[in-house]
Amino acid sequence: MGSAIEYNRRDIFKRAAAITVLAAGGGSLLAACAGGTGSSSGGGSASPGGGSAGNPFGVKASDPLDVVIFKGGYGDDYAKDFEAIYVKDYPGAKISHLGTTDIAGKLQPRFNAGSPPDIVDNSGASQLKLDVLAKNNQLTELTPLLDAPYLDDPTKKVRDVLLPGTLDAGTIDGKVWSLNYVYTVFGLWYSNKLFQEKGWTPPKTWDDFMTLCATIKAAGIAPFAHQGKYPYYANYTLMDLIAKQGGPDLFKRLDACDPTAYDDPAVKAGVTAFYEIMDKDYLLPGTNGMTHTESQTAWCQGKAAFIPCGSWLENEMIKITPADFDMAFLPVPSLAGDKMPPNTLRAGAGEPFIVPKQAKNNAGGLEFLRIMLTKEASGKFAAAANSLTVLKDGVGADVVLKPGTKSSSTALTAAGTNTFYYTYPDVQTEFDTALQAATADLCAKRIGPDQWIAAAKAAASKVKPA
Amino acid sequence: MRHRKYPFIVGFLFLPVLLYTVLVIWPYIQTFGYSLTDWSGVSPSMNFVGFKNYTALLHDDIFMTALGHNLLLIVLLPVVTIVLALFFAFMLNVGGRGGTGGIQGVRGAGFYKVVFFFPQVLSVAILAVLFEAVYRSDGGGLLNGVLIKLGLENAQQPILWLSDPDLVFWCILAVLIWSGVGFYLVMFSAAMQSIPKDIYEAALLDGSGRGQTFFKITIPLLWDTIQTAWVYLAIAAMDAFALVSTMTPPAGIYGGGPNHRSEVLATYLMRNFLPFGKAGYACAMGVVIFFITLILSVVSLRVTRRERIEY
Repeated sequence: MGSAIEYNRRDIFKRAAAITVLAAGGGSLLAACAGGTGSSSGGGSASPGGGSAGNPFGVKASDPLDVVIFKGGYGDDYAKDFEAIYVKDYPGAKISHLGTTDIAGKLQPRFNAGSPPDIVDNSGASQLKLDVLAKNNQLTELTPLLDAPYLDDPTKKVRDVLLPGTLDAGTIDGKVWSLNYVYTVFGLWYSNKLFQEKGWTPPKTWDDFMTLCATIKAAGIAPFAHQGKYPYYANYTLMDLIAKQGGPDLFKRLDACDPTAYDDPAVKAGVTAFYEIMDKDYLLPGTNGMTHTESQTAWCQGKAAFIPCGSWLENEMIKITPADFDMAFLPVPSLAGDKMPPNTLRAGAGEPFIVPKQAKNNAGGLEFLRIMLTKEASGKFAAAANSLTVLKDGVGADVVLKPGTKSSSTALTAAGTNTFYYTYPDVQTEFDTALQAATADLCAKRIGPDQWIAAAKAAASKVKPA
Repeated sequence: MRHRKYPFIVGFLFLPVLLYTVLVIWPYIQTFGYSLTDWSGVSPSMNFVGFKNYTALLHDDIFMTALGHNLLLIVLLPVVTIVLALFFAFMLNVGGRGGTGGIQGVRGAGFYKVVFFFPQVLSVAILAVLFEAVYRSDGGGLLNGVLIKLGLENAQQPILWLSDPDLVFWCILAVLIWSGVGFYLVMFSAAMQSIPKDIYEAALLDGSGRGQTFFKITIPLLWDTIQTAWVYLAIAAMDAFALVSTMTPPAGIYGGGPNHRSEVLATYLMRNFLPFGKAGYACAMGVVIFFITLILSVVSLRVTRRERIEY
């Protein structure tokens, strides 16, 4: 069937990517990497013997460094800050910086020619597929980085300072190919200013939450808004209630789309709790039909008290948010009998950084990553992009953060290792679509908790075991 | 000399036929080939599964719902659009009060023509944005805002329009009609203007009113144009992809909701093709859509065939 595929654009693109990558893999251009071992194991490894304790990868200060950054929601100014730190450490290095949204377009020819950049923020809609790159031996395996001494505290290894779950997304068959740098926290958001004015306390338990909702409603404000046209936002609350109630085992089964997981009483408890919002009429009028922009704007205008979202919310709404809004984050409140601790929250890492294997200054790329994980760099990122990095306690007291980022940072510190991250939205699109439809029905009171469970179970039982 | 004629014609036709074959015919054949496989759309490997995709389609409730919506559109969209366009075109061209000036449109006809044609120059993307504001689900929406101001609806329980399963289909149909009427109005106007005025004047002299003139003179003389409009609109009704995928929930995955109540074949096809990775199955749908469109065009051309009136 091969020849019949030529006219499919997606496929042409994929094949071109695979071919260019393969060509680069077979190319005879020598990488300047000091320690390219060419081992047959397939995993690249950076100069094991080339470095010292202070300079584990054997970076030559005079080697130029070639940086390509995805210039998306986080911009690329933060990377210029990192480059400044790099130059401070390696004064002879000439930095070439490219900020672009077209990662594949800019980088495919370079991989093809055997001269990829030294460090890439491989993100956005046209990112290069990590598995294709890794399979074709185009990437530096990051274990040497993870085992290198941490810059701020050489007694620690780099891998010890990362937040839990950071490496999961960049790991294929036990090898780490990308470092995902941005840590996203999911939960409920509110205006601290509004709450202080009215004397409301952010609730810890779901019962408190419901009591507070009654108070909020009495004050003439809608307690809860959600992004109804994109029903997955509501699932940030609903599925998190269920995960916290059911504990890590149930969470794993839910994430694996095990239909029997929906028979667990924890699911019923979670959905029933969530349904109280609708049952008691706490939704912002019309929120079920709103886009994310419409609902989040209404929330910024003080028409609703709580909204579920990930921690990109603050940067996303920065132009609309009133200056004294004082955005604050709240993990999904705990139900009675929760198997996960109350501070537990949904969190995971995104924005993958890769070091191409054929890069001329491969060691510099790794060193750049090591610098990115310092407290100074992490703080600069948080301040410039209003988001957290994967560095544990990554923001020093000296860094002035926007209130929402600061608040989610505090919540994350409090959560410690108690985080979870659903992967089914990324890998089980069909199931996720059905679940979203059921949640939309639940939010519009077209179905009740029992029917939601039945719908979710039916959707999960359609998922083919991988 | 005769034998020189064919190479000449072939020489002219070669390129267009080649392009048509490569860009239209060949993809259709390919789609049919893929529809017999379990192709995922992202990998070059696939297996031949025979007609399994087609039998699965027969048992796919969502596919049947989508098909039902398309068929409903095929009935309603041409009828409503053509009736409205004909009515307006008639009023703009010959519906005015007959005075000493003979046959003319209502006062301000030139202005109305521009106004009615205006939706046609808007791109679908602009239409979607425009009508999202019209159908917005709180008091900020045009419809809800007006209804609330008039006291016809409770601001605490606004109508969700595009997110209301019972309304979403009609909301989309309304947009399709709104955006289509202008084009067919202009088309019918042009056709009406080519009808000799003496025919109308003769009818007037014989004492025929507006209604009689419309049904006994305008429609028969416009039949060819109406037929064309019918086929175009039926094909548009088989599509409706752009509006449904941009305006209805769940956003981001080609809409069709809530609960597939605005699902059309094209949105369901795309969702299977890309996000769900069931490209073979989607191709089977594509083949079904192709045959339905083909049959419809043939049938509607046959059924509406009438003797041509020469003037």
